[in-house]
Amino acid sequence: MDFDLMREAFPKLIAAVPATLALATVSLCFGFALALLLALMRVSNNRFLSAFAYGYVYIIRSTPLLVQMFLIYYGSGQFRSFFEAVGLWSFFRDAWFCAILALSLSTAAYSTEIIRGAIQAVPLGQIEAARAVGMSGILQFRRIVFPIAVRLALPAYGNEIILMVKSTSLASTITILEVAGVAKQIISNTYRPVEIFVIAGAIYLSINFIVSRSVMVIELWLSPHRRAERAASPVSSAAGH
Amino acid sequence: MDLSLFGWGNAGWADELTRGAVMTLVVATCAFALGILIGSAFAAAKLSRFWPLRLLGDVYTTVVRGVPELLIIFLVFFGGGSLLRYVANALFGFEGYIEPPVFVIGLLCIAVSAGAYSTEVIRAAVLAIPKGQIEAAKAVGMAPAMRLRRILIPQAARYALPGMGNVWQYTLKDTSLISIIGLVEIMRAAAVGAGSTKEPFTFYLAAFVLFLLLTSVSNRGFVRAEKWANRGVRSR
Repeated sequence: MDFDLMREAFPKLIAAVPATLALATVSLCFGFALALLLALMRVSNNRFLSAFAYGYVYIIRSTPLLVQMFLIYYGSGQFRSFFEAVGLWSFFRDAWFCAILALSLSTAAYSTEIIRGAIQAVPLGQIEAARAVGMSGILQFRRIVFPIAVRLALPAYGNEIILMVKSTSLASTITILEVAGVAKQIISNTYRPVEIFVIAGAIYLSINFIVSRSVMVIELWLSPHRRAERAASPVSSAAGH
Repeated sequence: MDLSLFGWGNAGWADELTRGAVMTLVVATCAFALGILIGSAFAAAKLSRFWPLRLLGDVYTTVVRGVPELLIIFLVFFGGGSLLRYVANALFGFEGYIEPPVFVIGLLCIAVSAGAYSTEVIRAAVLAIPKGQIEAAKAVGMAPAMRLRRILIPQAARYALPGMGNVWQYTLKDTSLISIIGLVEIMRAAAVGAGSTKEPFTFYLAAFVLFLLLTSVSNRGFVRAEKWANRGVRSR
């Protein structure tokens, strides 16, 4: 192990963390919004909407993200004159735009299934109760179905966040210098793969550790009934709460 | 889009892409098989009574599942050669320059990550076997090896099948990443075609469709395999 090299490489890799986090955060936000829409289409009674959402999820999940990213970034070059004519070329020329587009479309597909599962797992009694007190469809969704579904989806969505943090590394293949891109640059200059792998790997592991811990905390915070159960258990009530 | 690009022979690219697809399938299949071996070994380690083994299993799955596959590929691609030369030098006094074949490096990269995901699937499958089954096997006096062969593996395989189907999908899709180190699979074949015809969209779309085809067909295979494996199980 070459510790001098590691000391030199560390600040360079840390400087690339904001790029990785920006890619992940922005794509997760767009992806979640799209996924919510697709999940609602998926559970709707309209056969056409449901089939469309199913097809989208199936196709995106069956193909590698790398192919999708290349198709958007390099593939758009084939239609340059068209994109220039409609004024979109400045977007598709930009690697950041293409990376975020590809990542968002991809996470949307995986999240759709998570959200759909959660919506369908909301206990029927809750919906019946909401109907019994006369809530309208939208109010029912906003006050009852959505909050419960979010809590049910959280553990699986936490895994999706971690997968997304890992997926941002693919942006390095279309010239973006996030953590993996910088790591590759240093490795090909120094031919010291082990040292750089240790640092870059530790960075990704720390990010993912923080993500998974945060999700656990949020889950507990969103489950007051479970906290109440715990408080009502014999041990803590004996302690005089 | 010019569909005549996809003819056979010297003028068309169909044969190059087909060869790429075959390479993708070969790498994915070998990596999946190797992944099952690695996964079984580490699942055994994680379920072991000795904490150093459990720790080893935890470190392997945590690191490989928490770090991007691309980084692992950089490590093996740039580090595999020097490790091989070091070993050759230390064991055989070999002084020359040797470079491991790209196929082997690519295969190792994919197998390492397939192994980590398989570990979790196999561990969960073993834990799903009712304790009574093992106790009954012990009660009739089966030796550990026979218990493994007759009781544990057949049942764990059935529980693991759906999870292993997912691992196969990851593995198949992950093979696209090793195009970066120059192995000519679907992605690489498409990139070569895109470069020489200046029609990147056409070629990456072809790669997209090929992957879609491979995953759809193999997915169907797994569904059938599950049906076959569950033929003796009462459905609720």
